[in-house]
Amino acid sequence: MEQKSVENGGWSPYLAGGLSGLVIIVSVLWTGKFFGASTSFVRSVGMLENYFDPERVAQLDYFVRYLPKFDWQLLFVIGIFVGSLIASLSSNTFKWQGVPDMWAERFGTNPALRGIVAFIGGIIAMYGARLAGGCPSGHGLSGIIQLAVSGLIAMVFFFVGGIIMARLVYCGGNCK
Amino acid sequence: MSAEMIFGLITGISFGFLLQKGGVVRYDKQLGALRFKDMTILKFMLSAIIVGMVGIHFFEIFGLVQLLYKPVVLGENIAGGLIFGLGWGLLGYCPGTQGGALGEGRWDSLWGILGMIVGAGVYAETYPLLMDRFLDWGISATFPCPSCLV
Repeated sequence: MEQKSVENGGWSPYLAGGLSGLVIIVSVLWTGKFFGASTSFVRSVGMLENYFDPERVAQLDYFVRYLPKFDWQLLFVIGIFVGSLIASLSSNTFKWQGVPDMWAERFGTNPALRGIVAFIGGIIAMYGARLAGGCPSGHGLSGIIQLAVSGLIAMVFFFVGGIIMARLVYCGGNCK
Repeated sequence: MSAEMIFGLITGISFGFLLQKGGVVRYDKQLGALRFKDMTILKFMLSAIIVGMVGIHFFEIFGLVQLLYKPVVLGENIAGGLIFGLGWGLLGYCPGTQGGALGEGRWDSLWGILGMIVGAGVYAETYPLLMDRFLDWGISATFPCPSCLV
């Protein structure tokens, strides 16, 4: 396998992306299922709420549809963490950082501000992903790979929303 | 653990490894694409889609793969897509990739993970209301693109 060094130890995104396509094919052949990431957050919050208030969880239709249990997709999401950890440690690109460089240039290096915005962004993003029926993994990759119209529509609007917000946050490209 | 769960973990590790090697888990790369400055994540995604698409449809011909697409519900797909996008622009991580961002030490993704867990809970709370009022908006059908073209 030819490795093209892009940024200290990185591979060409075309190569890494193409290999990910192969991973998806093998995974579908093996399990007969297409992966997604956002359902795992529903199951996770269901499991957490079960710990505090199981009656409430039993009342909510959404947790009947997506049972709060540990399933293969949750392990898939955990696996992404492990895989990235292995890759970054093996290529010395692991970096303990709480404020991304681009963010720091615009808003400074206060991790609390970044944390608050990231937290709010996470709430909004997951709400939207569940409403849309998937995230860039489930709709974007698994959906478009099957030529699903729902995946194409959702992916277009993921980017439309993202581009609008990025322009708002970075003042329409006028600031750095 | 069942074989399926072990395979989910193996798929995740391989995918996470490649995401990190491709450099696509970072905030700077995600916002770079949304600001039209750095198209790394698009190169990665579209390469994965091209390879995966050919393979999945190839094996589907021989009946080894069954397609399972999500239904088209325009109201949900468009409104949900936009809302996701707005949150994504703030957070700079995706539900799948932020675990990878944490894996390479970008710990601000922890806030995103917490936010997403809360967001999923909020959605579960509002789901009955949405179900009554909005969730059947737009056409609802399960069809793949090839059949809408012919």
